[in-house]
Amino acid sequence: MNDKVRQLIIDIITYSILIIIALSCIFPVFWMFSSSLKTQDEVFTKMNLLPEKWQFANYSLAWVKAKFGSYFLNSAIYTVTGVFGVVFLSSLAAYGFARLEMWGKNFFFYLLISTLLIPVPGVFVPLYLLLKNLGLLDTRTGLVLCYISGGLAFGIFLLRSFFEELPKEIEEAALIDGASKFGIYWRIALPLARPAIATLIIFNSLTIWNEFLLALVVLQDKAKMPIQRGLMVFQGTHITDYPLLMAGLTIATIPVLVIYLLMQKHIVKGIAAGALKG
Amino acid sequence: MISKTVKEKTVNLFFILPALSLFLVFSFYPLIRTFQLSFFEWDGIVPQMKFVGFAQYVHILTKNPVFWKSMLNAAYITILALTLQNGLALLLALLVNREIKGDNIFRTIFFLPPVLSGIVVGLIWKWIYDGNYGVLNHFLTVLGIQGFVNFAWLAEIKTSLTAVAVVHMWKGFGYGFIILLAGLQTIPRELYEAAKVDGADAWQQFKHITVPSMISVFTIVAILTILGSMQIFDLIYSMTRGGPAGHTHVPITKIYEYMANGEFGYATAMAVVFGLILLVVSVGQIEMSRRSRK
Repeated sequence: MNDKVRQLIIDIITYSILIIIALSCIFPVFWMFSSSLKTQDEVFTKMNLLPEKWQFANYSLAWVKAKFGSYFLNSAIYTVTGVFGVVFLSSLAAYGFARLEMWGKNFFFYLLISTLLIPVPGVFVPLYLLLKNLGLLDTRTGLVLCYISGGLAFGIFLLRSFFEELPKEIEEAALIDGASKFGIYWRIALPLARPAIATLIIFNSLTIWNEFLLALVVLQDKAKMPIQRGLMVFQGTHITDYPLLMAGLTIATIPVLVIYLLMQKHIVKGIAAGALKG
Repeated sequence: MISKTVKEKTVNLFFILPALSLFLVFSFYPLIRTFQLSFFEWDGIVPQMKFVGFAQYVHILTKNPVFWKSMLNAAYITILALTLQNGLALLLALLVNREIKGDNIFRTIFFLPPVLSGIVVGLIWKWIYDGNYGVLNHFLTVLGIQGFVNFAWLAEIKTSLTAVAVVHMWKGFGYGFIILLAGLQTIPRELYEAAKVDGADAWQQFKHITVPSMISVFTIVAILTILGSMQIFDLIYSMTRGGPAGHTHVPITKIYEYMANGEFGYATAMAVVFGLILLVVSVGQIEMSRRSRK
C-alpha cells in the first residue's frame, strides 16, 4: 500500500512537470495560430484563447496583399533547388571519396570536414564581397549557391560513410557487365542510399526554409526575398497588424510542421545519432 | 598500366570536382579572406585597401567596450542555457526515460520549438512580451501579480537580455533533451538492476551509474549549447535589434552592424577574435571532459 501511494505521488509529480512544460511549448504556437484568425479589434481589446468569429479572410489578405504568397514561393524555390543541389553534388562527391582512387583524396576530404568542426562566425562579410565581385549580389543564384555550398560538408560526411558500408560485390558485378563508373553511382549506389538521402533532404529543407542571415546579407529586392525576410519586412512596416503578421508566421510555419510531423522519427533519430557519433 | 592509373586518378577527380569547386569558392575562400581582410581598413568600395596590420585587433581588444559588452551578453545567455536549459533538458529526459505512457507525445512536443525558425519564434515572443498588447502581462495580472501593467519586457534595460535568453532557452531545450534521452537509452538496464540488488537508492544510482556513463554526452550537449548560444542572431534581430541602447547586442549582431556600416576590415577582425574565443572554449570543454574521464 505504502509503496503504491509513493509510486502514485511520483507519477503525479512526473506528469505535472511534463504537462506544464509541454503546454509552455505549445502555447506560443497556439497563440500565433489562434490570433491569425482574429479581428484587429479583438486582438487589442480581448485576450480570449479562441477567436470569436474565425476570420479566414486574414489568410487571403496575408497571401495576396501582404505578399506572403510571393515570399512563400521564393522560399519554396530556394529550398527545392538548394536541397537538390546539396543532394546531387554531395552524393556524387561522397561516392568518389568512398569508392574511387584519385589525387589528394584524403587532403580534400579533411579540408571539407574541417569546416564542420571549426566554428567560423562572420563569414558572411567576405561572402558579401565575393558575391558583389561575381555580380551575384541580390540574385537568386547567389543565395542558392551559398545554401548549396553550406550543406556540402555535412552531406559528403554522411553519404561517404553510407557508401563505404555498401557491399562491393554489387558494384563489381555491374563493372563486369560493362557499366561505367557514373552509371554505377547513378543506377546502383544512389538508389541504395535512399535512407541517408532522405535524412539529408529533411535536414537541408528545414535549414534552408528557416535560414535568415544569408538571405539578409545577399538580398535587397523584395520580389526575391524568402518568407523569413518577408516576415521582417512586413513587421517593420505594419508593426501592430498582429492578425496578419500571425497569419504570415503561420504560413511560414505550416510547411515546417508538416515535414516535422511526417518525418518526426527520422529527425529525432538523425539528431541523436549525429550528436552521439560526432 | 601505370599510365592507366594516372589517368584513372585524374578522371575520377570529376566526381568530387563540382562539390569541391563550389565549396572552395563559397565556403573556403571566404574563410581565408576573413583573415586577410582583418589586417586592412576597408569600406568595401574604394579600390585601395589600407594595410593596418594588427591595429584593428588591438582596437577591438583594448578600445572597444561595445565588443566586450556584446561578448558578456552572449556569455550571459550561454551560462543561463548551460545551467537552466540543460538542467531542464536532463530532468525531462530522466522523467521520459522511466518508460512512462505517452512518452512519444512529449518527445514530439518538446522538439517542436527547435524546428521552428528563429524569426518566427522571435516575432511571436516579441508580441507576447509587448507592454500594452502582450499576453504575458495579461497573464500576470490574471494571476494577481502586480506591477506589470504596460511593462515592456524587451524595451527595459533591466529585463531585455533575460527576456531574450528565456526565448532562446524555450527554443533550445528540446534539442538537448533529445540527445540526452538518446544517451540515457544506451545505458544498459542491467547496471541499474544490479545496483538495486545492492540496495542503492535512486540518487546513488544516478550518481554512480547515470553520470559517469553520460560524461561524453554531457560534453557534446555542452559544446552544442555554447556554440549555439554564443552565435545567436535571428532571435536578437527579430526581437530587439540589439536594443535597448545596445543592451542585447551579441557578437554576430555587432559584426553584422559593422558590415552594414561599411567597415569590412573591422568586422572581419572582430569575427576572427570571436571565432578564436569560440575555438578555445570548445577545445577547453573537450579537454575538461577527457580529464574527468580519467
